[in-house]
Amino acid sequence: MSNWDRFVETFFNAKIMAKYLPDIAYGMLVTVELAALVIVTGIALGLALALLRSLGFRPVNWLIIFVVDLFRALPPLVIIVFIYFALPAVDVAPSGFVSTWLSLMLVLTAFSEEIFWAGITSIPRGQWEAARSTGLSYGQTLVSVVLPQALRLTIPPLTNRTIAITKGTALGTVVAVSEILGMASSAVSNSYNPSPLTLGAGAYLILFFPMVVFGRWLETRMAWKH
Amino acid sequence: MLQTFFNAEIISKAWPIILAGLGNTVLLSVVVVPLGLLGGLALAMLASVRKPWVRWPLMAWVDFFRAFPPLVLLIFLYAGLPFAGLELGGFACVCIAFFLNTGAYYGEILRAGIDSVPAGQAEAARSTGLGRFQTMLYVVLPQAVRNVLPDLLSNTLEVVKLTSLGSVVAMPELLFQARQAQSLTYSPTPIVVAAIIYFVLLWPLVRLLSRLENRAQTALA
Repeated sequence: MSNWDRFVETFFNAKIMAKYLPDIAYGMLVTVELAALVIVTGIALGLALALLRSLGFRPVNWLIIFVVDLFRALPPLVIIVFIYFALPAVDVAPSGFVSTWLSLMLVLTAFSEEIFWAGITSIPRGQWEAARSTGLSYGQTLVSVVLPQALRLTIPPLTNRTIAITKGTALGTVVAVSEILGMASSAVSNSYNPSPLTLGAGAYLILFFPMVVFGRWLETRMAWKH
Repeated sequence: MLQTFFNAEIISKAWPIILAGLGNTVLLSVVVVPLGLLGGLALAMLASVRKPWVRWPLMAWVDFFRAFPPLVLLIFLYAGLPFAGLELGGFACVCIAFFLNTGAYYGEILRAGIDSVPAGQAEAARSTGLGRFQTMLYVVLPQAVRNVLPDLLSNTLEVVKLTSLGSVVAMPELLFQARQAQSLTYSPTPIVVAAIIYFVLLWPLVRLLSRLENRAQTALA
Protein backbone atom coordinates (compact mmCIF):
# COMPACT_ATOMS: atom_id res chain seq x y z
CA MET A 1 0.00 0.00 0.00
CA SER A 2 1.50 3.34 -1.00
CA ASN A 3 1.66 6.26 1.39
CA TRP A 4 -1.11 8.01 -0.48
CA ASP A 5 -3.39 5.00 -0.23
CA ARG A 6 -2.72 4.75 3.46
CA PHE A 7 -3.47 8.46 3.86
CA VAL A 8 -6.79 8.11 2.02
CA GLU A 9 -7.60 4.94 3.94
CA THR A 10 -6.99 6.81 7.19
CA PHE A 11 -8.63 10.19 6.64
CA PHE A 12 -11.17 9.43 3.90
CA ASN A 13 -12.25 5.91 4.78
CA ALA A 14 -15.49 5.45 2.82
CA LYS A 15 -16.83 2.61 4.93
CA ILE A 16 -16.42 4.47 8.19
CA MET A 17 -17.74 7.68 6.69
CA ALA A 18 -20.86 5.90 5.48
CA LYS A 19 -21.35 4.37 8.90
CA TYR A 20 -21.14 7.67 10.77
CA LEU A 21 -22.84 9.86 8.19
CA PRO A 22 -26.20 9.75 10.04
CA ASP A 23 -24.45 10.79 13.28
CA ILE A 24 -22.79 13.76 11.60
CA ALA A 25 -26.05 14.69 9.89
CA TYR A 26 -27.75 14.68 13.29
CA GLY A 27 -24.91 16.83 14.64
CA MET A 28 -25.47 19.26 11.78
CA LEU A 29 -29.10 19.53 12.76
CA VAL A 30 -28.17 20.33 16.37
CA THR A 31 -25.59 22.88 15.19
CA VAL A 32 -28.15 24.59 12.96
CA GLU A 33 -30.72 24.61 15.76
CA LEU A 34 -28.23 26.06 18.23
CA ALA A 35 -26.96 28.60 15.71
CA ALA A 36 -30.48 29.76 14.84
CA LEU A 37 -31.36 30.20 18.51
CA VAL A 38 -28.17 32.15 19.18
CA ILE A 39 -28.62 34.42 16.16
CA VAL A 40 -32.28 35.25 16.75
CA THR A 41 -32.08 35.83 20.50
CA GLY A 42 -28.65 37.50 20.44
CA ILE A 43 -29.50 40.01 17.74
CA ALA A 44 -32.96 40.73 19.18
CA LEU A 45 -31.49 41.40 22.63
CA GLY A 46 -28.68 43.48 21.17
CA LEU A 47 -31.15 45.65 19.25
CA ALA A 48 -33.36 45.98 22.32
CA LEU A 49 -30.41 47.15 24.43
CA ALA A 50 -29.30 49.63 21.77
CA LEU A 51 -32.83 51.09 21.61
CA LEU A 52 -32.98 51.27 25.39
CA ARG A 53 -29.64 53.06 25.34
CA SER A 54 -30.95 55.61 22.85
CA LEU A 55 -33.49 56.76 25.45
CA GLY A 56 -30.58 58.23 27.39
CA PHE A 57 -31.17 57.27 31.03
CA ARG A 58 -27.70 57.67 32.48
CA PRO A 59 -27.67 54.85 35.09
CA VAL A 60 -29.31 52.44 32.64
CA ASN A 61 -26.74 53.31 30.00
CA TRP A 62 -23.85 52.72 32.38
CA LEU A 63 -25.25 49.33 33.19
CA ILE A 64 -25.64 48.50 29.48
CA ILE A 65 -22.08 49.61 28.76
CA PHE A 66 -20.76 47.49 31.60
CA VAL A 67 -22.64 44.38 30.50
CA VAL A 68 -21.54 44.88 26.89
CA ASP A 69 -17.92 45.35 27.95
CA LEU A 70 -18.10 42.29 30.18
CA PHE A 71 -19.26 39.97 27.41
CA ARG A 72 -16.85 41.46 24.90
CA ALA A 73 -13.94 40.83 27.27
CA LEU A 74 -14.76 37.29 28.44
CA PRO A 75 -13.84 34.36 26.18
CA PRO A 76 -17.04 32.49 25.19
CA LEU A 77 -15.57 29.22 26.42
CA VAL A 78 -15.07 30.72 29.88
CA ILE A 79 -18.74 31.77 29.97
CA ILE A 80 -19.84 28.30 28.87
CA VAL A 81 -17.68 26.66 31.53
CA PHE A 82 -19.03 29.05 34.15
CA ILE A 83 -22.67 28.38 33.30
CA TYR A 84 -22.23 24.63 32.98
CA PHE A 85 -19.76 23.85 35.76
CA ALA A 86 -20.16 26.68 38.27
CA LEU A 87 -23.89 27.42 38.37
CA PRO A 88 -24.82 23.90 39.55
CA ALA A 89 -23.21 24.88 42.87
CA VAL A 90 -26.34 26.97 43.52
CA ASP A 91 -28.65 24.29 42.15
CA VAL A 92 -29.08 25.85 38.74
CA ALA A 93 -28.04 23.15 36.30
CA PRO A 94 -28.64 24.07 32.65
CA SER A 95 -27.87 21.40 30.05
CA GLY A 96 -24.84 21.69 27.78
CA PHE A 97 -27.09 22.87 24.96
CA VAL A 98 -28.65 25.61 27.08
CA SER A 99 -25.26 26.65 28.50
CA THR A 100 -23.78 27.01 25.03
CA TRP A 101 -26.86 28.83 23.76
CA LEU A 102 -26.96 31.28 26.68
CA SER A 103 -23.27 32.05 26.55
CA LEU A 104 -23.10 32.64 22.79
CA MET A 105 -26.34 34.62 23.00
CA LEU A 106 -24.82 36.94 25.62
CA VAL A 107 -21.68 37.41 23.54
CA LEU A 108 -23.68 38.18 20.39
CA THR A 109 -25.94 40.52 22.38
CA ALA A 110 -22.88 42.50 23.48
CA PHE A 111 -21.33 42.73 20.04
CA SER A 112 -24.57 43.49 18.22
CA GLU A 113 -25.54 46.16 20.75
CA GLU A 114 -22.23 47.91 20.02
CA ILE A 115 -22.81 47.67 16.27
CA PHE A 116 -26.44 48.85 16.46
CA TRP A 117 -25.47 51.68 18.78
CA ALA A 118 -22.71 52.80 16.41
CA GLY A 119 -25.30 52.73 13.61
CA ILE A 120 -27.80 54.80 15.58
CA THR A 121 -25.25 57.41 16.67
CA SER A 122 -23.98 57.71 13.09
CA ILE A 123 -27.28 59.33 12.10
CA PRO A 124 -26.80 63.10 12.38
CA ARG A 125 -28.83 64.95 15.03
CA GLY A 126 -30.45 67.05 12.33
CA GLN A 127 -32.31 64.00 11.07
CA TRP A 128 -33.86 63.52 14.51
CA GLU A 129 -34.73 67.19 14.81
CA ALA A 130 -36.20 67.41 11.32
CA ALA A 131 -38.31 64.30 11.84
CA ARG A 132 -39.57 65.47 15.24
CA SER A 133 -40.39 68.93 13.90
CA THR A 134 -42.65 67.43 11.21
CA GLY A 135 -44.74 66.02 14.06
CA LEU A 136 -43.39 62.45 14.25
CA SER A 137 -43.18 61.04 17.77
CA TYR A 138 -39.94 59.73 19.27
CA GLY A 139 -40.91 56.15 18.43
CA GLN A 140 -41.98 56.99 14.90
CA THR A 141 -38.74 58.90 14.30
CA LEU A 142 -36.73 55.95 15.52
CA VAL A 143 -38.62 53.36 13.47
CA SER A 144 -39.26 55.26 10.25
CA VAL A 145 -36.28 57.60 9.99
CA VAL A 146 -33.30 56.56 12.07
CA LEU A 147 -33.37 52.76 12.08
CA PRO A 148 -33.70 52.25 8.30
CA GLN A 149 -30.55 54.31 7.77
CA ALA A 150 -28.74 52.90 10.78
CA LEU A 151 -29.48 49.27 9.93
CA ARG A 152 -27.99 49.61 6.46
CA LEU A 153 -24.69 50.62 8.06
CA THR A 154 -24.79 47.79 10.55
CA ILE A 155 -25.48 44.90 8.20
CA PRO A 156 -21.93 44.12 6.97
CA PRO A 157 -20.16 44.22 10.35
CA LEU A 158 -23.10 42.48 12.01
CA THR A 159 -23.04 39.66 9.47
CA ASN A 160 -19.33 39.04 9.92
CA ARG A 161 -19.54 39.17 13.69
CA THR A 162 -22.55 36.87 13.73
CA ILE A 163 -20.72 34.29 11.62
CA ALA A 164 -17.68 34.43 13.91
CA ILE A 165 -19.80 33.95 17.03
CA THR A 166 -22.01 31.27 15.50
CA LYS A 167 -18.91 29.21 14.73
CA GLY A 168 -18.54 29.08 18.50
CA THR A 169 -21.30 26.44 18.56
CA ALA A 170 -18.37 24.01 18.20
CA LEU A 171 -17.43 24.96 21.77
CA GLY A 172 -20.54 23.08 22.88
CA THR A 173 -18.54 19.89 22.46
CA VAL A 174 -16.68 20.79 25.67
CA VAL A 175 -19.95 20.52 27.62
CA ALA A 176 -21.14 17.38 25.78
CA VAL A 177 -23.53 18.97 23.29
CA SER A 178 -24.06 16.51 20.42
CA GLU A 179 -23.34 19.06 17.68
CA ILE A 180 -21.09 18.28 14.71
CA LEU A 181 -17.74 18.34 16.50
CA GLY A 182 -19.06 16.40 19.48
CA MET A 183 -20.57 13.69 17.27
CA ALA A 184 -17.40 13.52 15.16
CA SER A 185 -15.11 13.28 18.17
CA SER A 186 -17.03 10.43 19.75
CA ALA A 187 -17.19 8.66 16.37
CA VAL A 188 -13.41 8.95 16.14
CA SER A 189 -12.91 7.31 19.51
CA ASN A 190 -15.44 4.58 18.68
CA SER A 191 -13.96 3.73 15.29
CA TYR A 192 -10.27 4.42 15.98
CA ASN A 193 -10.23 6.31 12.72
CA PRO A 194 -10.18 10.07 12.04
CA SER A 195 -12.48 9.91 8.99
CA PRO A 196 -15.54 11.10 10.95
CA LEU A 197 -13.54 14.22 11.81
CA THR A 198 -12.94 14.82 8.11
CA LEU A 199 -16.65 14.40 7.57
CA GLY A 200 -17.36 16.85 10.39
CA ALA A 201 -14.94 19.36 8.90
CA GLY A 202 -16.81 19.01 5.62
CA ALA A 203 -20.11 19.61 7.42
CA TYR A 204 -18.78 22.85 8.93
CA LEU A 205 -17.59 24.00 5.53
CA ILE A 206 -20.99 23.28 4.00
CA LEU A 207 -22.65 25.37 6.71
CA PHE A 208 -20.21 28.24 7.07
CA PHE A 209 -18.36 28.68 3.79
CA PRO A 210 -21.43 30.11 2.00
CA MET A 211 -22.00 32.44 4.96
CA VAL A 212 -18.43 33.73 4.85
CA VAL A 213 -18.62 34.31 1.10
CA PHE A 214 -21.98 36.05 1.58
CA GLY A 215 -20.46 38.26 4.28
CA ARG A 216 -17.61 39.23 1.97
CA TRP A 217 -20.09 40.02 -0.81
CA LEU A 218 -22.17 42.22 1.52
CA GLU A 219 -19.05 44.02 2.67
CA THR A 220 -17.97 45.00 -0.84
CA ARG A 221 -21.52 45.83 -1.91
CA MET A 222 -22.36 48.06 0.99
CA ALA A 223 -18.91 49.58 1.45
CA TRP A 224 -18.68 53.33 1.69
CA LYS A 225 -17.76 54.82 -1.63
CA HIS A 226 -14.77 57.03 -0.97
CA MET B 1 -23.69 33.11 47.50
CA LEU B 2 -20.39 34.85 48.19
CA GLN B 3 -19.28 31.76 50.12
CA THR B 4 -19.86 29.65 47.01
CA PHE B 5 -18.61 31.83 44.18
CA PHE B 6 -15.99 33.93 45.92
CA ASN B 7 -14.69 31.96 48.84
CA ALA B 8 -11.59 33.62 50.30
CA GLU B 9 -10.18 30.42 51.73
CA ILE B 10 -10.43 28.65 48.38
CA ILE B 11 -8.99 31.62 46.55
CA SER B 12 -5.89 31.53 48.71
CA LYS B 13 -5.59 27.78 48.15
CA ALA B 14 -6.13 27.93 44.39
CA TRP B 15 -4.16 31.11 43.79
CA PRO B 16 -0.78 29.50 42.86
CA ILE B 17 -2.49 27.17 40.37
CA ILE B 18 -4.43 30.00 38.77
CA LEU B 19 -1.41 32.28 38.71
CA ALA B 20 0.57 29.65 36.79
CA GLY B 21 -2.30 29.51 34.32
CA LEU B 22 -2.29 33.28 33.93
CA GLY B 23 1.44 33.17 33.20
CA ASN B 24 0.88 30.57 30.51
CA THR B 25 -1.99 32.50 28.97
CA VAL B 26 0.21 35.59 28.70
CA LEU B 27 3.04 33.50 27.28
CA LEU B 28 0.73 31.80 24.79
CA SER B 29 -0.67 35.16 23.67
CA VAL B 30 2.82 36.56 23.22
CA VAL B 31 3.66 33.64 20.94
CA VAL B 32 0.39 33.35 19.09
CA VAL B 33 -0.41 37.00 18.29
CA PRO B 34 2.86 37.66 16.40
CA LEU B 35 2.45 34.29 14.68
CA GLY B 36 -1.00 35.25 13.40
CA LEU B 37 0.20 38.72 12.41
CA LEU B 38 3.07 37.17 10.49
CA GLY B 39 0.75 34.82 8.65
CA GLY B 40 -1.64 37.67 7.93
CA LEU B 41 1.16 39.91 6.71
CA ALA B 42 2.35 37.21 4.33
CA LEU B 43 -1.19 36.78 2.96
CA ALA B 44 -1.74 40.52 2.61
CA MET B 45 1.59 41.12 0.88
CA LEU B 46 0.84 38.33 -1.55
CA ALA B 47 -2.60 39.81 -2.19
CA SER B 48 -1.07 43.20 -2.92
CA VAL B 49 0.02 41.65 -6.21
CA ARG B 50 -3.16 42.74 -7.93
CA LYS B 51 -3.43 39.77 -10.27
CA PRO B 52 -6.63 37.69 -10.33
CA TRP B 53 -4.75 34.37 -10.40
CA VAL B 54 -3.00 35.38 -7.17
CA ARG B 55 -5.98 37.02 -5.47
CA TRP B 56 -8.63 34.37 -6.03
CA PRO B 57 -6.76 31.42 -4.51
CA LEU B 58 -5.74 33.65 -1.62
CA MET B 59 -9.33 34.71 -1.05
CA ALA B 60 -10.42 31.07 -1.11
CA TRP B 61 -7.70 30.23 1.43
CA VAL B 62 -8.76 33.07 3.72
CA ASP B 63 -12.47 32.23 3.46
CA PHE B 64 -11.75 28.55 4.03
CA PHE B 65 -10.07 29.24 7.34
CA ARG B 66 -12.60 31.88 8.30
CA ALA B 67 -15.37 29.31 7.76
CA PHE B 68 -13.65 26.70 9.92
CA PRO B 69 -14.31 26.96 13.67
CA PRO B 70 -10.86 27.23 15.28
CA LEU B 71 -11.74 24.50 17.75
CA VAL B 72 -12.46 22.08 14.89
CA LEU B 73 -9.09 22.89 13.36
CA LEU B 74 -7.41 22.39 16.72
CA ILE B 75 -9.12 19.04 17.36
CA PHE B 76 -8.30 17.90 13.85
CA LEU B 77 -4.61 18.59 14.44
CA TYR B 78 -4.61 17.21 17.97
CA ALA B 79 -6.80 14.13 17.57
CA GLY B 80 -6.66 13.49 13.81
CA LEU B 81 -3.01 13.82 12.86
CA PRO B 82 -1.75 11.17 15.32
CA PHE B 83 -3.56 8.62 13.12
CA ALA B 84 -1.09 9.60 10.39
CA GLY B 85 1.75 9.01 12.83
CA LEU B 86 2.17 12.72 13.54
CA GLU B 87 1.92 13.47 17.23
CA LEU B 88 2.48 17.18 17.72
CA GLY B 89 1.50 17.92 21.31
CA GLY B 90 -0.91 20.59 22.51
CA PHE B 91 1.35 23.60 22.17
CA ALA B 92 2.40 22.91 18.58
CA CYS B 93 -1.23 22.21 17.62
CA VAL B 94 -2.39 25.49 19.13
CA CYS B 95 0.37 27.36 17.29
CA ILE B 96 -0.47 25.82 13.91
CA ALA B 97 -4.22 26.25 14.34
CA PHE B 98 -3.82 29.89 15.39
CA PHE B 99 -1.37 30.56 12.58
CA LEU B 100 -3.93 29.30 10.05
CA ASN B 101 -7.11 30.68 11.63
CA THR B 102 -6.06 34.04 13.03
CA GLY B 103 -3.64 34.50 10.14
CA ALA B 104 -6.63 34.44 7.78
CA TYR B 105 -8.40 37.14 9.81
CA TYR B 106 -5.31 39.32 10.15
CA GLY B 107 -4.62 38.82 6.45
CA GLU B 108 -8.08 40.03 5.51
CA ILE B 109 -7.72 43.13 7.70
CA LEU B 110 -4.23 44.00 6.46
CA ARG B 111 -5.30 43.46 2.86
CA ALA B 112 -8.12 45.96 3.33
CA GLY B 113 -5.57 48.33 4.87
CA ILE B 114 -3.15 48.00 1.97
CA ASP B 115 -6.01 48.47 -0.50
CA SER B 116 -6.96 51.69 1.31
CA VAL B 117 -3.59 53.29 0.56
CA PRO B 118 -3.85 55.13 -2.80
CA ALA B 119 -1.78 53.56 -5.59
CA GLY B 120 -0.10 56.93 -6.13
CA GLN B 121 1.75 56.49 -2.84
CA ALA B 122 3.46 53.34 -4.01
CA GLU B 123 4.15 54.84 -7.44
CA ALA B 124 5.68 57.96 -5.92
CA ALA B 125 7.84 55.86 -3.61
CA ARG B 126 9.02 53.65 -6.47
CA SER B 127 9.85 56.67 -8.60
CA THR B 128 12.14 58.04 -5.87
CA GLY B 129 14.18 54.88 -6.27
CA LEU B 130 12.85 52.74 -3.40
CA GLY B 131 12.62 49.04 -4.16
CA ARG B 132 9.37 47.07 -4.13
CA PHE B 133 10.04 45.73 -0.66
CA GLN B 134 11.21 49.07 0.72
CA THR B 135 8.10 50.74 -0.67
CA MET B 136 5.91 48.20 1.07
CA LEU B 137 7.79 48.41 4.36
CA TYR B 138 8.36 52.16 4.66
CA VAL B 139 5.51 53.74 2.71
CA VAL B 140 2.50 51.47 2.25
CA LEU B 141 2.42 49.37 5.42
CA PRO B 142 2.67 52.21 7.97
CA GLN B 143 -0.32 53.94 6.38
CA ALA B 144 -2.19 50.67 5.93
CA VAL B 145 -1.74 49.71 9.58
CA ARG B 146 -2.87 53.14 10.75
CA ASN B 147 -6.00 52.92 8.62
CA VAL B 148 -7.09 49.57 10.05
CA LEU B 149 -5.70 49.88 13.57
CA PRO B 150 -9.09 49.46 15.31
CA ASP B 151 -9.76 46.24 13.37
CA LEU B 152 -6.27 44.94 14.14
CA LEU B 153 -6.73 45.61 17.84
CA SER B 154 -10.20 44.10 17.84
CA ASN B 155 -8.85 40.95 16.22
CA THR B 156 -6.00 40.80 18.72
CA LEU B 157 -8.56 40.90 21.52
CA GLU B 158 -10.32 37.95 19.91
CA VAL B 159 -7.02 36.07 19.57
CA VAL B 160 -6.17 36.51 23.25
CA LYS B 161 -9.66 35.32 24.19
CA LEU B 162 -9.22 32.38 21.85
CA THR B 163 -6.18 31.13 23.77
CA SER B 164 -8.75 29.68 26.20
CA LEU B 165 -9.26 26.93 23.59
CA GLY B 166 -5.86 25.65 24.66
CA SER B 167 -7.61 24.14 27.68
CA VAL B 168 -9.30 21.62 25.37
CA VAL B 169 -5.94 20.17 24.33
CA ALA B 170 -4.58 20.16 27.88
CA MET B 171 -2.51 23.35 27.62
CA PRO B 172 -2.17 24.53 31.23
CA GLU B 173 -3.45 28.06 30.50
CA LEU B 174 -5.77 30.13 32.68
CA LEU B 175 -9.05 28.33 31.97
CA PHE B 176 -7.46 24.87 32.17
CA GLN B 177 -5.80 25.66 35.49
CA ALA B 178 -9.03 27.09 36.86
CA ARG B 179 -10.84 23.87 35.93
CA GLN B 180 -8.08 21.88 37.65
CA ALA B 181 -8.41 24.00 40.77
CA GLN B 182 -12.18 23.62 40.62
CA SER B 183 -12.00 19.84 40.63
CA LEU B 184 -9.42 19.91 43.44
CA THR B 185 -11.45 22.19 45.68
CA TYR B 186 -14.99 21.14 44.67
CA SER B 187 -15.81 24.82 44.41
CA PRO B 188 -16.77 27.08 41.51
CA THR B 189 -14.67 29.90 43.00
CA PRO B 190 -11.58 29.25 40.82
CA ILE B 191 -13.67 29.64 37.65
CA VAL B 192 -15.07 32.92 38.91
CA VAL B 193 -11.55 34.11 39.73
CA ALA B 194 -10.33 33.14 36.25
CA ALA B 195 -13.25 35.02 34.67
CA ILE B 196 -12.42 38.11 36.75
CA ILE B 197 -8.78 37.88 35.67
CA TYR B 198 -9.78 37.68 32.00
CA PHE B 199 -12.05 40.67 32.46
CA VAL B 200 -9.50 42.80 34.30
CA LEU B 201 -6.87 41.88 31.73
CA LEU B 202 -8.96 42.64 28.67
CA TRP B 203 -11.30 45.39 29.80
CA PRO B 204 -8.86 48.24 29.03
CA LEU B 205 -8.56 46.94 25.48
CA VAL B 206 -12.35 46.73 25.13
CA ARG B 207 -12.71 50.32 26.39
CA LEU B 208 -10.01 51.54 24.02
CA LEU B 209 -11.72 49.80 21.12
CA SER B 210 -15.06 51.32 21.99
CA ARG B 211 -13.51 54.78 21.92
CA LEU B 212 -11.65 54.16 18.65
CA GLU B 213 -14.84 52.89 17.02
CA ASN B 214 -16.79 55.92 18.22
CA ARG B 215 -14.11 58.23 16.91
CA ALA B 216 -14.25 56.53 13.50
CA GLN B 217 -18.02 57.03 13.52
CA THR B 218 -17.86 60.76 14.24
CA ALA B 219 -15.15 61.16 11.61
CA LEU B 220 -17.55 59.69 9.06
CA ALA B 221 -20.51 61.86 10.02
